[in-house]
Amino acid sequence: MGQQGDLRYLTKKLFRDKVLASQIIRIIKEYWELLRARKGVEEVKIMNFCGTHEYTTTHYGIRSVLPPGVNLVAGPGCPVCITPSFYVEAAVKLALEGLTLYTYGDAYKLPAVKEIDGCRSLSDARMMGADVRVVYSFLDAIRDAAKHDKPSVFLAVGFETTCPAYASGIVNRLVPENLALIMAGRLTPPAARFAVERVGAVSGVIAPGHVSTITGAGVWRFLPEEFDIPTVVSGFEPLDVLIAITLILKQLLEDEPKLVIEYSRTVTMEGNRHAKRLLAEVFDTVDAAWRGIGFIEKSGYALNENFSRYDAFRLYGIREPSREEWRHDLLPGCICGQVILGAAKPTDCRLFMKRCTPGTPYGPCMVSVEGSCSIWARMGGREALVEVV
Amino acid sequence: MSKISLAHGSGGIETSQLLARLILNRLPEWMKSPDGGLGLDFPDDSAAIPVGSGYVVTTIDAYTVSPIFFPGGDLGKLAAAGTINDILMLGGKPVAVLDAIVIEEGTSMDDLSRLVGSMISLLQEEKVCLVGGDIKVMPRGQLDGILITTAGIGVASKIIADKNIRPGDKIIISGTIGEHGAAILAAQQGIKSDEFKSDVSPLTKLMLPLIEDYAEDIHAARDPTRGGVAMALNDWARGSQTMIVMYESELPIREPVVNLCEMMGVDPLNLASEGTALLAVSPEKAEEVLSRMHELGYREARIIGEARERASSVGLVVLKTLIGGARILEPPSGELVPRIC
Repeated sequence: MGQQGDLRYLTKKLFRDKVLASQIIRIIKEYWELLRARKGVEEVKIMNFCGTHEYTTTHYGIRSVLPPGVNLVAGPGCPVCITPSFYVEAAVKLALEGLTLYTYGDAYKLPAVKEIDGCRSLSDARMMGADVRVVYSFLDAIRDAAKHDKPSVFLAVGFETTCPAYASGIVNRLVPENLALIMAGRLTPPAARFAVERVGAVSGVIAPGHVSTITGAGVWRFLPEEFDIPTVVSGFEPLDVLIAITLILKQLLEDEPKLVIEYSRTVTMEGNRHAKRLLAEVFDTVDAAWRGIGFIEKSGYALNENFSRYDAFRLYGIREPSREEWRHDLLPGCICGQVILGAAKPTDCRLFMKRCTPGTPYGPCMVSVEGSCSIWARMGGREALVEVV
Repeated sequence: MSKISLAHGSGGIETSQLLARLILNRLPEWMKSPDGGLGLDFPDDSAAIPVGSGYVVTTIDAYTVSPIFFPGGDLGKLAAAGTINDILMLGGKPVAVLDAIVIEEGTSMDDLSRLVGSMISLLQEEKVCLVGGDIKVMPRGQLDGILITTAGIGVASKIIADKNIRPGDKIIISGTIGEHGAAILAAQQGIKSDEFKSDVSPLTKLMLPLIEDYAEDIHAARDPTRGGVAMALNDWARGSQTMIVMYESELPIREPVVNLCEMMGVDPLNLASEGTALLAVSPEKAEEVLSRMHELGYREARIIGEARERASSVGLVVLKTLIGGARILEPPSGELVPRIC
């Protein structure tokens, strides 16, 4: 836990500094005025790809200090939000059949489209008496499952940041015989490509910092090179995000879209070679479904042949739907698919804070603290804030 | 499927909704509070029943916590302090407590004895009588450990009803935020660290002198337990029809608590305190009350916000953030559970 005087503590203080923040906000306003005057730009739309960036943006009220024409939209960067309903349904089914089900707190509440015996989520299943255990990490599940003989399954959601932990447990033979995985891991760059191809016209991308510590920033090169989109790999403190916005506006002003690492405290172009090796050893990269969106090419992690004995689907005879069999997996009225792709704001949804609240989530983006709808529900994206600033 | 979930008991929006549905909406107005008193007509820590020229103040709470022994206290201490604090927060002087202890078959006699021992020794220190109670045992598996319910009785010449907040009032907190919740969260996650210790303690030494000298100037008092500071302030803003503005840079939250919350994905403003008072004080007397709190040994006490009149944003709590932005501080909702990344 960070103490006064240690470097991490100082960094955190520095990147939350009010005076520095106001200076950067002034530069943002200058660049914005120049963009308007010199290039006649009316709106700049910046996609903050990662759920944690959306958290930082809302938590620190960044939207309330930006010029009205500079808009931040959230992208498909919340692993819980994009986990297909099918996996949740399978997990609920196994839990109700008497298996011990492990997962993270936010995946535990994730509602599926189909009800299984009256249960939409693992949290429902627990109310019905199923053995569902919330853990903080895969390692916690490994430790717990090793203490009993009950057949157990881990609902393994997550991006490049979370999946190395699964791979590491498997490669290092830590996983007990009675524990298998529903592997729902996903890769982020293919989804970013999908978002800019389908939704189009974003002026800049704030690329995910933690994912990039694993993959290396290099995976985002295609954004400036193929789509002319200024791209900044950013950290998660408020000043990180403000600096990223500044760098994007500067590139727009200079007509020089490129890839910049703002989060140089931890991110390199190459990434974490050890973690990448683990991922490659355990998983195949396959076409995979994203909730509310559909199949995206080469965007999923699947356990490869050597490690298929850890595959809960193979073990319990569950077949994953193919691209042809995949069905739209949002409940009627839910627009999470558009929210995830940055095409709509949570407040554009007519269910927002009515039928769908953090306590009774209806759509997937209301579940995780990283989900855009949940973040907006808890911290507001409302315009009223501007009068207080 | 309509069933009770853990979210219904987390002290946030779902708890309020359940209460409304189950009880409040079924009561005619006269049943919610006796004439001239305070009861279910307004969310507050205790109820007040007018008697003679003053009031009898009363409250009841069921206490359950896992683990039952935690850094800084245990379930017994929590039950005694919690009830004493609820009486104090309405301006009452605690006089007596009753308890109901429900125990799961198979519970260790030593554990039970320790818990009840710490409840009794706290009441003894506070000179509060234990005037009655009940003990029940439930078959194994029908209850997780021990549940202690305590009812408190106090007396007051004037009560502090939280609906009296006015625009301009300063919001003062007596100590660092979220200490109890952080200690429990850390214990539940198996984090062994000296950094986390529950603040569970009676607030008698703070509140009795303040009630004595500033009864007219303290417009609201609350100990932000379940639901934390966020829930208490939202209750206040809605109940008093003001907008409450908080200054994030002024919030006393210890660094380890901030770090733990960031790691677990929970907001420290949603974490419970069990020995911390939140006050709304008239602007004229706010500084004086604050110095008095410091003199009384509450050195971390500080002004963290104010109530404002703002027609467009009545009932909202708005936080001015560290970097000068603003966000709405919503009441907590859902279960507190750790997140994926």
